[in-house]
Amino acid sequence: MDLDKSMIGIASEPYVAQIDPERVMKFAQAIGDDNPLYSDETYAADTAYQGITVPPTFLISLGSSAKFPLELDFRRMLHGEQEFIYHHPVRMGDTLDCTMKVTDVYDREGKSGTMQFLVLDTEMKKEDGTLAAVARNTIIYRPAPKEVRQL
Amino acid sequence: MKAITTIPFSEMKVDMELPPLEKSPVTKEQLVLYAEASGDLNPLHTDDDFAKSIGMDGVIAHGMLIMGFLGQYVQELAGTESIVSKFNMRFGAMTKPGDAITCRGKVNTLFEIEGKPAAELELIAEKAPGKQVGTGTAVLICTNAND
Repeated sequence: MDLDKSMIGIASEPYVAQIDPERVMKFAQAIGDDNPLYSDETYAADTAYQGITVPPTFLISLGSSAKFPLELDFRRMLHGEQEFIYHHPVRMGDTLDCTMKVTDVYDREGKSGTMQFLVLDTEMKKEDGTLAAVARNTIIYRPAPKEVRQL
Repeated sequence: MKAITTIPFSEMKVDMELPPLEKSPVTKEQLVLYAEASGDLNPLHTDDDFAKSIGMDGVIAHGMLIMGFLGQYVQELAGTESIVSKFNMRFGAMTKPGDAITCRGKVNTLFEIEGKPAAELELIAEKAPGKQVGTGTAVLICTNAND
């Protein structure tokens, strides 16, 4: 299946992500990021965040449970670009309501033919409905290999 | 507490090179830990035999682990004064176990967002001088200036 503009607007079922301090620490440790902003209440209180928050890329770990009504061929997918737009700091114990949505589909000519790009935005809202962050994933969808086309 | 890579917001100037963050070499153990912590269980990052079966020399690092290094760098640069309001990365060359990533940054522009001083930074992750594995940008907003 190739991508087309009609996919823009297709959204996942909403899902809920819980911010668990233990998972946050495991994530920071795997990166080797020992910033006290993620664990030291006293330090964090005096920062621009006014309290403990999560590492900038932590939100990526919340997306794996999205149920998405699009059948994509994982062998053709490459993670081209990732962006995070942060509106309000995510806190330990937050429950975030998340929805992943196709926000753009476009083509570029590449060395191995036309490459398709798929932009997926995951909106993450706090319990009171305020938008905490948007995680924007740009996927490069490579041309189907010949043996796949013959199937 | 160990010194983190930071700089007072008021000292940032356009085109200024920021102090780099040098990470330890990536290890296979780290890729397993990152796979578990991030939920990205693609065996390309943790299973050498699988990686070889699809034509690689062995496992490669998750692109998002490298973005995690740049995230550490950006959050350290933000220090206590700034918040990170936007952060992106374009993925380029592969990172393999043994590669040591250096995060570099430069001040692109200084501007204001809703009356607060802001800086757009240009970011580079490289595995050797001039060998980029990814590039990105981040926007810091200074909401808690140290006077």
